[in-house]
Amino acid sequence: MKRLRLFFIENAVVILFVILISIAIPASRLPGKFLLQEILTRLGRSSFLVIALLLPIMAGMGLNFGMVLGAMAGQIGLIFVMDWEIIGIPGLLLAMLISLPISIFLGWLCGSIMNRAKGREMVTGFILGFFMNGIYMLFALYAMGSIIPVMNPELLLSRGYGIRNVVDLISVRQALETFIPLRVAGLNIPVLNYLLIAGVSVFIVWFRKTKFGQDMRAAGQDRAVAGAAGIAVDRTRIIAVIVSTVLAGFGQIIFLQNLGTINTTNSHEQIGLFSIATLLIGGASVTKASIPNAFVGVVLFHLLFLVAPMAGKNLIGSAMLGEYFRQFVSYGVIAVALVLYEWKRLAQEENSRSRLWGGKADAL
Amino acid sequence: MEQIKRFIADFGLPRVIIAVYLLGLFLMTPMVDVSLWGALSDVFTRIGMNGIMVLALIPMIQSGCGLNFGLSLGVIAGLLGATFSIEMGYVGVWGFIFAILVSQVFGAIFGFGYGTLLNCVKGGEMMIATYVGFSSVMIMSIAWLVLPYKSPVMIWGYGGEGLRTTISVEGFWRHILDDFLSFPIAGYRFPTGAILFFILVSFVIWAFFHLKTGTAMTAVGSNPIYARASGISVNRMRIISVIISTMLGAMGIIVYQQSFGFIQLYDGPLYMAFPAVAAILIGGAGVNKASLTNVFLGVTLYQGILTMTPLIFNAVLKLDMSDVIRIIVSNGMILYALTRKMKVLK
Repeated sequence: MKRLRLFFIENAVVILFVILISIAIPASRLPGKFLLQEILTRLGRSSFLVIALLLPIMAGMGLNFGMVLGAMAGQIGLIFVMDWEIIGIPGLLLAMLISLPISIFLGWLCGSIMNRAKGREMVTGFILGFFMNGIYMLFALYAMGSIIPVMNPELLLSRGYGIRNVVDLISVRQALETFIPLRVAGLNIPVLNYLLIAGVSVFIVWFRKTKFGQDMRAAGQDRAVAGAAGIAVDRTRIIAVIVSTVLAGFGQIIFLQNLGTINTTNSHEQIGLFSIATLLIGGASVTKASIPNAFVGVVLFHLLFLVAPMAGKNLIGSAMLGEYFRQFVSYGVIAVALVLYEWKRLAQEENSRSRLWGGKADAL
Repeated sequence: MEQIKRFIADFGLPRVIIAVYLLGLFLMTPMVDVSLWGALSDVFTRIGMNGIMVLALIPMIQSGCGLNFGLSLGVIAGLLGATFSIEMGYVGVWGFIFAILVSQVFGAIFGFGYGTLLNCVKGGEMMIATYVGFSSVMIMSIAWLVLPYKSPVMIWGYGGEGLRTTISVEGFWRHILDDFLSFPIAGYRFPTGAILFFILVSFVIWAFFHLKTGTAMTAVGSNPIYARASGISVNRMRIISVIISTMLGAMGIIVYQQSFGFIQLYDGPLYMAFPAVAAILIGGAGVNKASLTNVFLGVTLYQGILTMTPLIFNAVLKLDMSDVIRIIVSNGMILYALTRKMKVLK
């Protein structure tokens, strides 16, 4: 009985969403097969991005709002590939290759800045995302085509420089999904996407077990103790963010090739929000997240994504209402997760303070 | 030379760069055939528009709650006030006053709840404030759709449901402050009323921080242990600061609307907090220290850049980069403040 209660408390978010969705699905009146196909597609599309968030959480840096930096790097890679007209899988590989050095640099930058703002990595990463968005726009809207040569005039705005607002990824569109075509019971299964996601999951599991991964988790538990044990905490944290940024870059490329278009100025902006909300809906917290959380999250979040507008329309007669509700859920779940995390942290500190009053003045 | 170096160190290099940049823009006005007076009039109008929202950040910074990224909650209270006033059909000064009164009531209620929440999460206020703000904006978006407003100026015409995304306040209280006692300088309007109102509210805040409650609030922000030892209720002070901040935010958005001419609903308030935060930081405030000087300086520099950059860039380069510059400057400034404070603490 007690174990059952603990199970409910630990998985409160997941259970809540399961209930919510089981009400919304019938209300949306969408056919089950359509939903299943969409979920299979979306698992292949978004899981990679969500998994990219895991390492910084293990390193005790919280939810990596700086992952949008990686997404920008991925988009830059894709834009170049579109310009050079390299099609299909080679194009995607090249885009990833181009994004790699950019992601590493941005990840290093993000990690270094977060090290200067320990204890508030999340808000710093969040603002850094906005800041780099400005730099990215400078690059995409002003440097491309003027300083950096762009051969394909179709990519450029009519004024002669700057990338168009929407870039059509026609030559690499769904290259992954169609590489190994597999149809089971009338459903398309994106095999290659799943292989890539399995690959990155294995990588994360392996990474966690290496010496470095252990260091990272030690740093995540307690920076001071880890430092005293001879772990280069700052360096470890930077590497965790770099890996996360690189994975986010790859993830964004996978994501966009499925959609088939880039919104040059805002494809990356929402990615951080959606990925983080997805992971949290999957049952993760600011300090603890696993690969299953990512998958459960993608299924639940995207089910909500799919059915909310229709459910809103059928129940109250307004599709916008469902849309706003979905956005509310994305923001709200992050707010709730952060509140729970801080609450727990404060309770623990209060606990240790009652033993040694005045020991932790900054927490009051 | 030594003095200049020390001045730059005190003032902060980013601020010096921004000030020099703005000065450069002003000096360029005669060269590129842009009217200096017109530009100044715009800058002052925007100071009057945005000043109170920047002012709204002071109480929470002073009480140690950090930068109020959840200012959108106050903005929502303001929107409720403004829409109520229009719904009732009040016009002119009374409409404006009624809007502010209603908004203050909602601001106090929201602020109390928001402050109580923030007391549970000391140390992590900023990120939580951001997302509480975001999610409230979305809840309110649902509310704008379903609330039973009747006024034909505000609801969609035939077929639609809920309020319009932008509602004109023309015929109600547009420019009610801007035009009060305004006079022309070289053909351009000086928004006397808005500036006076801003100064008046600033004075009230200044006075408040010299009263007992205000002083106690500052004490809580500077040293909570000391404040507690002196018999100040830390939690209570923090809640009061959040309430004041939210109420000022509510008032600020109404002042903004009367000058802008429109009420922006739905997604409108989502990012309202960020320019205000950037402005006060440009003015020299830190994450836990802010003064009225920071507000005046900040809102002047920030709004100055926002007004002047497109004017000059368009005239010289035929290029509108103002949006990108705004993004880089405002977020760069917030980033600078976030990373700097921890260095001091270390």
